[in-house]
Amino acid sequence: MLKRALVLVLVLALMLTMFTACGQKQATANVTFGMVTDTGGLGDKSFNDSAWAGFQKAEKEYGVKPTILQSTKQEDYEPNLGAMAQKTDLTIAVGFLFENAMKAAADQYPDKKFGVIDTVADKPNVTSVLFKEHEGSFLVGVIAALTTKTNVIGFIGGMELEVIKKFEAGFKAGVMSVNPNATILVDYTGDFGKADLGKELAIKQYTQNADVIFHASGACGIGVIQAADEKGFWAIGVDQDQSKESKNNKVLCSMIKRVDTGTYTVIKSLVDGKFEGGKTIVLGLKEEGVGYSDNGKNVPKDIAEKTEAYRKAIIDGKIVVPATIDELSKFKPVQL
Amino acid sequence: MREMTFLTLLAIMIPATLRQATPLIFSALGGNFSERSGVVNIALEGIMAIGAFFAVYFTFITGNPWIGIAGAMFVGGLFGLLLAYLSVNFKANQVVVGTAINILAVSLTTFLLVEIFGRPGQTDNVNKIADLGPLNILTYVAIIMVFVTYYIMYKTPFGLRLRAVGEHPKAADTLGVNVYKTRYICVSISGMLAAIGGAAMAIGNLSLFKEGMIGGRGFIALAALIFGKWNPIGAFFACLFFGLAEAIRMNLSGYINVPGEFLFALPYILTMFAVSGFVGKSIGPAASGVPYEKGER
Repeated sequence: MLKRALVLVLVLALMLTMFTACGQKQATANVTFGMVTDTGGLGDKSFNDSAWAGFQKAEKEYGVKPTILQSTKQEDYEPNLGAMAQKTDLTIAVGFLFENAMKAAADQYPDKKFGVIDTVADKPNVTSVLFKEHEGSFLVGVIAALTTKTNVIGFIGGMELEVIKKFEAGFKAGVMSVNPNATILVDYTGDFGKADLGKELAIKQYTQNADVIFHASGACGIGVIQAADEKGFWAIGVDQDQSKESKNNKVLCSMIKRVDTGTYTVIKSLVDGKFEGGKTIVLGLKEEGVGYSDNGKNVPKDIAEKTEAYRKAIIDGKIVVPATIDELSKFKPVQL
Repeated sequence: MREMTFLTLLAIMIPATLRQATPLIFSALGGNFSERSGVVNIALEGIMAIGAFFAVYFTFITGNPWIGIAGAMFVGGLFGLLLAYLSVNFKANQVVVGTAINILAVSLTTFLLVEIFGRPGQTDNVNKIADLGPLNILTYVAIIMVFVTYYIMYKTPFGLRLRAVGEHPKAADTLGVNVYKTRYICVSISGMLAAIGGAAMAIGNLSLFKEGMIGGRGFIALAALIFGKWNPIGAFFACLFFGLAEAIRMNLSGYINVPGEFLFALPYILTMFAVSGFVGKSIGPAASGVPYEKGER
């Protein structure tokens, strides 16, 4: 009898845990919007947090509480998009890997609006937002190349995707332009969520003499910055200003990707009644969609000036930053 | 291999192996206590997650990572007691109870994460246990614990009793050993050690809790225990072996000319080899997994 009661209790406990995913709040205004994260999740201090910052800005402005669904694995993408589309008018997914899931959801819910960051889903009810990550990465590459003492510079990427290759290509081009003798170590974590992987690879590159490491690896970067704190090399943050993640101020600067501008722009277009499906917004240096920030005040004035010169040259079209490894091989370093 | 001499390779791989092995060692030792006393502890995975979460939680509240470890041990011990209560007193199927605890642990940590830290995903950074030289203090503690466990298990009267309870509980009972009490103690110790294993990941290596961060390490620890023939020293070397597999996967996937997917699967493939008897006959405690009924013939 006791055993039976026990089984009953355990089954009930199991059922209860299923409800933890539910319980979202209702919106009050006429438009509702929600976000579906990629596997890095909220709290990555990078890509997803930045995207969410755009939602929070919209919340303040329009008084609508946004909803959020987290994807812990890629298989969550489609169900999450579906669940969000049923609940809200506008669903924004953040992440390169959402392309197929987004197309499927857009077909399934043709009367709902969607936005997607970092990839293009060419559907009549989807606005896509792309960034010129290579342009921002070029600038932090210049800073890294002018800062290194060992002439060894590291790059740690997340998954080996087209969008991360843009960071790598731009970064390498920037380094090559001001310091052709520098060696660049490249490693990929194969993941966007595992801080321990980022830390392990950062320590590895440090052991190989790297003294400046740029990461484009989402939440893995938390580990990169932690390693920088412990071992004393420079880390370069990504997406948001990550200087606060370092206890010992070892974030040299951060390559900024205004994912928040991206999500906010899409939300605003819907609220203003100007939502355009099938459109692709591209944000580069010129549009201030990418750039770099230095809230840790670690970039000396002369380096900052040099970087500014490169920024102008890119905006003026004097330098075309390579966006792929292929283009990089044809890239001629430009000395300013 | 570009820019990497043999010495650099060693300087990278040895600390990395020990870092990756540390949580496995704690959990495998925990499993050792439990299995040797006759209780299968498949809940190691879940208790590691609990340990990781509460280590971060108590550190977050007090600012002291050592209190975090103590808190993790306390909660891990409670989960050990739960397992003991269900499998010793109620004689429930130990694998089923263990699985239930694993599921409970995942949901509970996800739930508490939202309740306490206000968002799903991961916590903020908290203070971590300091490093001593190239490695974390907990790594040294893990190695010491291997010998402590060996000593307790093979050189003390308590160790003799716990092994007797795991091999032939009825004989032990006849000779006046309290089978239930011994199993309770061992499974609680098991929970505490597994919790330190989780804590070693959360505030030893990193300084945060993230959903899914254990990633099957509890099961790998269990495999290491079987691989090491239910002996602390053997389990230790098995953990180093799995740690090496992890370190290779993490550090060298860009350098070795095999598909990355294979390297990612390597620790798990090795686990399957280990448990499928690849290492020769590995005989566990005779009464492991069998509930003991007083007076049963």
